[in-house]
Amino acid sequence: MAVGLEHFLILSAVLFSIGLYGALAKRNAVVILMCIEIMLNAVNIAMVAFSRYGHLLTGQVFAIFIMVVAAAEVVVGLALVIAIYRSRETVDVERIDLMKW
Amino acid sequence: MPEVALAIFLLPIFSFVVISLIIRPFLNKRPQLSWYVTIASIGASLILSLWMLVEVIKAPGHVLPMPDYQWLVIGDTSIHLGVMADSLAAVMLIVVTVVSLVVQIYSRGYMHGDPGYCRYFAFMSLFTGSMLGLVLADNLLFLFVFWELVGLCSYLLIGFWFHRPEAARAATKAFIVTRIGDFGFLAAILFLYAKTGTFDIGELQHLALVGAIGGTALTWAAIGIFSGAVGKSAQFPLHTWLPDAMEGPTPVSALIHAATMVAAGVFLVARLFPMIASSYEAIMTVAIIGGFTAIFAATMGMVMNDFKRILAYSTISQLGYMMLGLGVVGVGVARGAVALEVGLALGVAVGIFHLFNHAFFKALLFFGAGSASHATGTFDIREMGGLRKAMPWTFATFLIGSLSIVGIWPLAGFWGKEQILSQAWHYAPILFYLAMITVFMTAFYMFRLLFLAFGGEYRGGAHVSLRESPAVMIVPMVLLAILSVVSGWLPISEFLGGESHSFFGALASPMAWASLLLAALGILLAYAIYSKKWISAESMRRRFAPLYTIVSRKYWFDELYENVFVVRILVDGIFALFHWFDDHIVDGMVNGIAGGTIAAGREIRRLQTGQLQAYGLAIFIGILAIIAFFMIFG
Repeated sequence: MAVGLEHFLILSAVLFSIGLYGALAKRNAVVILMCIEIMLNAVNIAMVAFSRYGHLLTGQVFAIFIMVVAAAEVVVGLALVIAIYRSRETVDVERIDLMKW
Repeated sequence: MPEVALAIFLLPIFSFVVISLIIRPFLNKRPQLSWYVTIASIGASLILSLWMLVEVIKAPGHVLPMPDYQWLVIGDTSIHLGVMADSLAAVMLIVVTVVSLVVQIYSRGYMHGDPGYCRYFAFMSLFTGSMLGLVLADNLLFLFVFWELVGLCSYLLIGFWFHRPEAARAATKAFIVTRIGDFGFLAAILFLYAKTGTFDIGELQHLALVGAIGGTALTWAAIGIFSGAVGKSAQFPLHTWLPDAMEGPTPVSALIHAATMVAAGVFLVARLFPMIASSYEAIMTVAIIGGFTAIFAATMGMVMNDFKRILAYSTISQLGYMMLGLGVVGVGVARGAVALEVGLALGVAVGIFHLFNHAFFKALLFFGAGSASHATGTFDIREMGGLRKAMPWTFATFLIGSLSIVGIWPLAGFWGKEQILSQAWHYAPILFYLAMITVFMTAFYMFRLLFLAFGGEYRGGAHVSLRESPAVMIVPMVLLAILSVVSGWLPISEFLGGESHSFFGALASPMAWASLLLAALGILLAYAIYSKKWISAESMRRRFAPLYTIVSRKYWFDELYENVFVVRILVDGIFALFHWFDDHIVDGMVNGIAGGTIAAGREIRRLQTGQLQAYGLAIFIGILAIIAFFMIFG
C-alpha cells in the first residue's frame, strides 16, 4: 500500500481533532498549551504534505515559520501559567475566570 | 410714489428703533429726546397720510395703484407684499395719525417724570407704526403680522407699570383672551390659502364675489376672521379683557383701547366686507354679535364705579354699534335687498364713519379721565365730585365728548349713530330696538359718570388740592373737543361710498327725533338720580337688587372663564389628561425601552462565563456552522 497525500491529511485531521478536544475539554492549563502545540503541528504536517505533493516549497517555509511562532508562544504561555500559579496556587482553567461579568 | 406710503408706517417704527437702541442706552439722562423723536415721526406720518388722502381723493375710483413686492418664494408659491391705498385705508390713516399725535402731546404732561419715559414712547411709536402697517396691508399675512404686533404693544403698554400685580395680570389676560380670537383668524387665513392659494385681500374678495369660494367653506372662513375681530374689538364673548386693560396709563387707554387698536376688529371686517357679506350666516353673526354686545356692555357700564371702566364698557358698546352697522348692511346685501356694489360700499361707510367719529370723542373722554385722576389721584368716581369748578377746561371738553357719544345733534356722534340706526331699521328690526335701548343706556351711564365726577361737591380726602391740568394736557383735549364736534360734518361717509347727509335734513326723519328723545330721557334720569337726587340711587339699587348684582358682577363672566373654563376644563381636565399622557405614555415609552434593555442585559450577560474554553467551543461551533452553510448553500 503506497502512502499518498490523503494519509497525511487524515493523520493531520486526527491530530488536529485530538488537539482541539484537549484544548476545549482539559482543565489543566499546561495540558491545554500542549494540545494547542498538537494542533499547530497537525497543521504543519498538512503543510509539508501539500508541499511535497504539490512541488512547491511555500508549505515547508510556512511550517518552519509556524514552529518558530509556536516556540515563542509556548514560552509566553508557560510564563503566564507560572505567573498565574504563583498568584492563585492553581492552573485549573475553570477557576481562572477573571473575565466573567 | 409707493415709497411714501411705506414711509407712513416705517417712520414710527424707525422712531421705535432710534429710541430703544440709541436714546434709551446712551442718552437716558435726557429722556425728553424720545418725546421729540416720537412727535417728529408721527407728525411726518400725519403729513404723509394727508398727502395720501388727497391723492386718493383725486384718483379714479378712490384707489391708488401700488406696486407689489415679492417677499419670499417657497417652491412654486410666491408671497407678495404690498400697500393698499384706497379710501378705507386713507380714512384709517388719518384717524390713527391724528389721534396718535394728539395722544403723544398729552402723554408729555401725563407721563412727566415717569422712570419709564423712554420705554413708554418707544412702545407708543412701535404701536403707531404697527397700526399704520395694519391699515395699509393689502395681504392677509402681512395684516396678521401687524395685527399681532399691535396686540404685543397693547400687552406691553397695559403692563407698563408691571410692578403692580393688577397691571401685570391685566396685560396677560388681554394677551391671552385676544389670542383666542386670533387663533380663529389665523386658522381662517391658512384655510383660505389652502383653498385659493393666495393671501391677497383684493383677490380673495374677488373670488368670494364671483363665487369661486362659497358655501360652508366661505362661512367658516368668514366666521374665523370675525373671531379675530371679536377678540381684538372686545366683542361678546371675548369682551372681558378690555375693562381690565384700563390698568395701563390713561393715554394708552385713549389711543389703543379706545380709538385705534380695538377698532382694528371693525376695520378688519370692513376690509374683508365683500367676503364676509357673501355669506349670509357669517354676516348675520356679525350683526347679532354687534347688536348684542352694544346693549350687553352698556348695561355693565351703568353700574361701574371706576371712571375708566365705565369708558371701557362704553367703548365695547360703541364697537358693537360699528359691528352692527357693518352687519345689518351686509345682511341686506346677502338677502339681495340692496344692490351689491352699492351695499358693499355702504356697509363699510356706515361702520367706518362711526369708527372715525368715535376715535375722536372716545380719546377725548379718556383724556378727561386722565385729567381728572391727575388732579384727584384716583379713578373711583365715588371719591370725585365737584371737579366742574376746579377744572373748567376738563369739564367743558368732557361735556362735549359726552354729548357727542350720546348722539346729540349736531355733534359728531349723532351722524354715525343715525346711519347705523337707520340701516338697522331697514334690515334687522329686532337689532334696531336693541340699539335704541342702548342709546338710552349710553346717555344714562355717560351722564351718571359726568354728574358723579364733575357735579356736586368734592367727596375725596381733604389733602388733595384740586388743580386744572397743565396746558400740554389741556391743548390736546381742546383739539379733540373741536374734532368731536366737527368730525361728523366731514364728508367721510360719501368718500367711502355711503350716503350723504345734510346738516338740517337729518332732523326731518322721525328716527332722529326718537333717538334724541331716548338720549334726552337717559340724561334726564341720570340728572334726577345723581344730580338732583330726586330719586335715591340707593333705593333704586335695593329695588332692583338681583338685577344690580348680576350686572355689577359683570354677569359672572370673569368667574365663568377663570373658574370654569380655565380651572375646571383646562387645568383639571385637558391639562391633567396631557400630564397623565406625558407621565405614562411618553415617559413610559422611554422608561420602558431603558428597563427592557437593562433586564435583557441582566439575563444575556450570563452567557459571558469568563471560561476561555467555552468561548473557544463557541468559536468552533460557529466555524462549523459557517462551513456547513457554505457546503449546503454555497
